[in-house]
Amino acid sequence: MALKIVKGSIDRMFDKNLQDLVRGIRNHKEDEAKYISTCIDEIKQELKQDNIAVKANAVCKLTYLQMLGYDVSWAAFNIVEVMSSSKFTYKRIGYLAASQCFHESTDVIMLTTNQIRKDLSSPNQYDTGVALTGLSCFVTPDLARDLANDIMTLMSHTKPYIRKKAVLIMYKVFLKYPESLRPAFPRLKEKLEDPDPGVQSAAVNVICELARRNPKNYLSLAPLFFKLMTSSTNNWVLIKIIKLFGALTPLEPRLGKKLIEPLTNLIHSVLSLFIVKYLGLLAMSKILKTHPKSVQSHKDLILQCLDDKDESIRLRALDLLYGMVSKKNLMEIVKKLMLHVDKAEGTTYRDELLTKIIDICSQRAYNCLWYISILVELTRLEGTRHGHLIASQMLDVAIRVKAIRAFAVAQMATLLDNAHLLTGNTQRNGICEVLYAAAWICGEFSEHLEEPMATLEAMLRPKVATLPGHIQAVYVQNAAKLFATVLRGQEGAPADSTVAQETSQLLIDRLPLFVQSSNLEVQERASCILQLVKYIQKLQQKDVEVAEEVTALFAGELNPVAPKAQKKVPVPEGLDLDVWINEPPSGSESEDEGRKSKGKAVFAKDESRHTKPRYTEVDEKELAKRREVRKAEQANNPFYIKASPSSQKVRRHSVSKPNPSPSFSLRLWMPMSDQYVKLEEERRERNKADKKKKKDKKKREKGEKGRRRRGDSGPESEEDITPAHMVDIVTEEMPENALPSDDDDKDPNDPHKALNIDLDNCPLMDYQVVVSVIFENKCDSFIKSMEFNVLDSLNSKLQRPDGAGPHDGLIVPFQLPPGISNEARFIFSVQNIVMPQKLKGTLTFIVKTDDSSTHEKLDFKLHFTCTSYLITTPCYSDAYSKLLESGDLKGCSLKLEGVNQPFHHLLARICFHHHFSVVERIDSCASMYSRSIQGHHMCLLVKTADQTVSIDAKCDEPGLLGNVLDEIKLTFSQC
Amino acid sequence: MTMHFLLLFSRQGKLRLQKWFTPIPEREKKKIVRDMTTMVLGRKPRSCNFLHWKDLKIVYKKYASLYFCCGLDAEENELLALEVLHRYVELLDKYFGNVCELDIIFNFEKAYFILDEFLLGGEVQETSKQVVSRSIEASDMLQEVSERPCSR
Repeated sequence: MALKIVKGSIDRMFDKNLQDLVRGIRNHKEDEAKYISTCIDEIKQELKQDNIAVKANAVCKLTYLQMLGYDVSWAAFNIVEVMSSSKFTYKRIGYLAASQCFHESTDVIMLTTNQIRKDLSSPNQYDTGVALTGLSCFVTPDLARDLANDIMTLMSHTKPYIRKKAVLIMYKVFLKYPESLRPAFPRLKEKLEDPDPGVQSAAVNVICELARRNPKNYLSLAPLFFKLMTSSTNNWVLIKIIKLFGALTPLEPRLGKKLIEPLTNLIHSVLSLFIVKYLGLLAMSKILKTHPKSVQSHKDLILQCLDDKDESIRLRALDLLYGMVSKKNLMEIVKKLMLHVDKAEGTTYRDELLTKIIDICSQRAYNCLWYISILVELTRLEGTRHGHLIASQMLDVAIRVKAIRAFAVAQMATLLDNAHLLTGNTQRNGICEVLYAAAWICGEFSEHLEEPMATLEAMLRPKVATLPGHIQAVYVQNAAKLFATVLRGQEGAPADSTVAQETSQLLIDRLPLFVQSSNLEVQERASCILQLVKYIQKLQQKDVEVAEEVTALFAGELNPVAPKAQKKVPVPEGLDLDVWINEPPSGSESEDEGRKSKGKAVFAKDESRHTKPRYTEVDEKELAKRREVRKAEQANNPFYIKASPSSQKVRRHSVSKPNPSPSFSLRLWMPMSDQYVKLEEERRERNKADKKKKKDKKKREKGEKGRRRRGDSGPESEEDITPAHMVDIVTEEMPENALPSDDDDKDPNDPHKALNIDLDNCPLMDYQVVVSVIFENKCDSFIKSMEFNVLDSLNSKLQRPDGAGPHDGLIVPFQLPPGISNEARFIFSVQNIVMPQKLKGTLTFIVKTDDSSTHEKLDFKLHFTCTSYLITTPCYSDAYSKLLESGDLKGCSLKLEGVNQPFHHLLARICFHHHFSVVERIDSCASMYSRSIQGHHMCLLVKTADQTVSIDAKCDEPGLLGNVLDEIKLTFSQC
Repeated sequence: MTMHFLLLFSRQGKLRLQKWFTPIPEREKKKIVRDMTTMVLGRKPRSCNFLHWKDLKIVYKKYASLYFCCGLDAEENELLALEVLHRYVELLDKYFGNVCELDIIFNFEKAYFILDEFLLGGEVQETSKQVVSRSIEASDMLQEVSERPCSR
């Protein structure tokens, strides 16, 4: 009987399996919490039983409750029990529960190591399978360390089912236990060529993940992936590989060329998923930057993509085409694009197409006739928003290129004649903007019109009054210009004067319509011109020839003023721009830097300035330089580049003749040359040096003015701006042992950092330089949320954490109470160390005062001198002489005069400031040595004789040597 | 692919399945689930399937009354993630035969087992549907043979 009761109760408990629980919860919507708490009590009872089946059932139900948000951590040990069951059914449930409930801080995980190891080596592949699956969810650093070897063995298991799981889980193991990467890598690499596609794709997955984080360590695998890409038919794998190549190509430019072919094939292939196509185009656009030629040859294919159903793909292809346009293929590509414009569906895409066409042409069109006709053709587009863009391009070309004006005017006249087509049905139609350009061009260049009378009539049609106000205004104004031209033609001909009078009458008839316009400008112009014409008619009736005088109203040409025009204005004779109009008050901050050095001098000194002829000479030189600098600045200024009429001042009767010649090309944009940049830098430096000089000026330095430069790595504080709160940025770049490693703990939480392991000892592509910056809070308020950002140059880049964009700033990991300073380190990767570098940067921060906080910004510059790439390296004299004998080094020399310091001081200076070490010293002669972070040898032979120091230097990189010598010279010119 | 989590929830915000590929403390999980359900359910119909949440990309798709939602690294491809979600639905459909929400509620452990054969550690483990269903069938066979009281 008792047995029966027990058995019955067991049966009942068995009855309540997962399904019952779920059903029960659904049936107890009203008192769910109460129902579940009774269930949990039952489960606790079940867990106490010895029967593993009962326990497993209980654990299964717990897993469900866990999902509903109930805490089941108390059952962790029971879960382990179920995991250890020898039966697959229970084991499976146990591992499932563990993978759902365990996390790194679950302490029972420690107990599982042996059980898992046993399961991993089970003869049943499904036992191993569930163990691996479970482990992937709750692997801890300890488990990873203890089991790494077992999992590695499984990577070569006979069953592909196990192999692929083992390969995938290795990634999790690497993250938890980075040391395992190096030993496991060869086997992982092997799996890329596994006969089973599943294992292969798993290996591709893992390596792609690894490579995405630290691409340079995986460059050597490129050929293997290349092979896979051409052979694999699995789209999932292909996507991964293409993404991987996206990460690798920036590091190895040669890859780009090779990739083109297979990528094209992929785009071609029938089986391609649209995603693959998309990614292929994306990858091509990346390759385009480095290998324009190789992409060029696939133009037709890319053009084909413009027909794709998918808009994203079309836009990608368009982007790509935009980058490919060259002088040669311009017309062809634009022609194709024009065809597409007609077919294109969807206004956004069409607008995009249109802007791209105009963009392409405006930058590269050499044939202006053709360009105008393209623009006219574009006006046929309906519903585009870019009428304004087309209009401004029309004006631009017509104004600048004299030779095509006749053609342009003819085209514009046709446009005006067909204006009704453009204004069409919708008033909001943006394309009517082109009428603005058309009217202006026809009016301004009316002498080219074949039938000015017809155009005049077209411009005065009543329909014009429906156009937007600003266009009407242009119509009215240019009707007047046309009128002048017409008059001249009519009076010149020996016809009777009534024709001319009729013309005036036409205007008098039509203009009142515009006088009534609601737009003020239209009204004003119309009434002004109406009165004028009435007066002209009066004169005409008296048989007075008026044409000359009317034309005079609009005489002269509107010229585009080139950005450089102002500078080309000759200085009138007798005007000396360098002479003060008013003598500046001495010592004022606004002083011109060339003069200020003596400005604050004692009274008596004032005279000496005027009596010194040499001084003004230097001055002029500087001025010339500054002029250059200004040029550079203007070339750099975006507002000077855009030569569209809107931003460019169009002035009547311009003083000089700048350069409106027909040859004036459409390409105004000139890339700023490096020289300008350098000049600019020099100017700033001089600027600063002068400022500094001013403070600690010594009289005897007067003679050295020309050489004033500053190059030490000292304070690079605010130079251009004076922020409300002073934060002095002291940059102490690159301590001697600039480490090519990143052993900093910038982001200790990022597990991927630890995986940056050089797997093949392949040489680093670029060098890392650590810059430590000292931030000092000089104001009285609390400073926080500092963000440090530097504008990367091609050569030097700030290393940002994974996932950060190339323009994101780095957060300075501390806050600054008033008067406190702290140091932060930033890592830069530098490719070329031959040239000194200056990087512009910004520090943004929040200044917190008691009642408010403001967001402030501070600009600064980081000066990477060539010296800072040198590492003090000792060298023995025999090695030194061997080096010199080898003949690999190129020489250069330097003479310093007026150095009156002891020789050993001089050597110490070179050692300290420029990271050299003395190899040998004999009397007043010494040999010195240093090495760059890229392993260039640098040898100096320093001699001194009565205040003159001569330095003979040799190095295997002459550029670097020259720059270092310059810097040495600078050091001594400053002492 | 590196998925961080996969959640299935109903239109009412009831969680139907959760899979965490990276170990996350319980409290954090609850917060994520809450955020996801409110965010995704709050989306207007016909809006796109992608969201940004903290530094993750959230990709979701609604199948009948059930939302499939996963969190990815920011640099992952969301289209690929949609493909992954869809493949999982296909697998469920193949296993249950015209799968519906109730199938997943009542056989939620099976849904997990299928998922575990398809994804591992957030990565796609097996791209072939056949291979996945074959291994599920084989495991089920093993379970049937070993005993019955626990199963239906």
